[in-house]
Amino acid sequence: MERKRFLKEEARLRILRTVSREKSFYFFTSIGNYTGESASSLKEFMDKINVVNAKSLEFHLYRGDFEKWIGEVLEDRKLAEEICELRGLNYSGETLRNKIYSIIAERHRQLSRSF
Amino acid sequence: MKLKNDVPALDSTDLKILENLQEDSRQTYTAIGERLGIAHSTVYERIRRMEKYGIIKKYTAVIDVEKAGAKRIMAIMTVYTDPKESEKVAETLCRVPEILEVYTSLSEELLIIAKVIAESQEDLHDFIATSVAPLPGISRIRTSIITKKFKENPLRIFNEGKK
Repeated sequence: MERKRFLKEEARLRILRTVSREKSFYFFTSIGNYTGESASSLKEFMDKINVVNAKSLEFHLYRGDFEKWIGEVLEDRKLAEEICELRGLNYSGETLRNKIYSIIAERHRQLSRSF
Repeated sequence: MKLKNDVPALDSTDLKILENLQEDSRQTYTAIGERLGIAHSTVYERIRRMEKYGIIKKYTAVIDVEKAGAKRIMAIMTVYTDPKESEKVAETLCRVPEILEVYTSLSEELLIIAKVIAESQEDLHDFIATSVAPLPGISRIRTSIITKKFKENPLRIFNEGKK
């Protein structure tokens, strides 16, 4: 029981950690066009969702970049799946921004609650 | 007469030889000598001197990549940097094999312009996202994929007398 709680806590801290520059998420608006915005943690990613060009959100969401980074780098499979489901709903622009933000903010709130 | 860095000044014969080599670097010293009306030994001596001083850097083949069957895409990447880091960024880009040419430019901002080659648009994007965007000092990147080439000529030295 104690070990299970320890592993859960370890996973939570891993998801909330700050990753290296090489593993950060870089926001592009199209192939090769980097916006200058990047995120090295879930918190920073959540904040950048609110400021990057909405075109960048559409570009990355429909390529599957968000779920890939969240799942493979931050290692949060649950959040990656939620983002993946959003892909099928064809949102765009500010509606898409609000949807992504609310999903990530809710997950971040859950993970931060234990502190 | 010598120019800076001890490089000898070139006379009109040297320039004519260079012009001939730029047309066809595989022609013999005799052929160049006949065309210019000078001895092949003169051509040989002058070419050796220009190689020694690095005026002639190397002999290479100009390949039509498309005809050679290589399916690749070429792009021009404009990199906006923090001025303090630009030199370091340019030097780093020079070491990357996918990047063929690197220049700096001063317009409104300090820019680095680079020619990059990739297998596909996806590879190009991955390369820029993982190898260029993370470099310290880069503020943004604009990339234009080249869709059609209309002209590509190397810079040539023309003899002063020739118009």
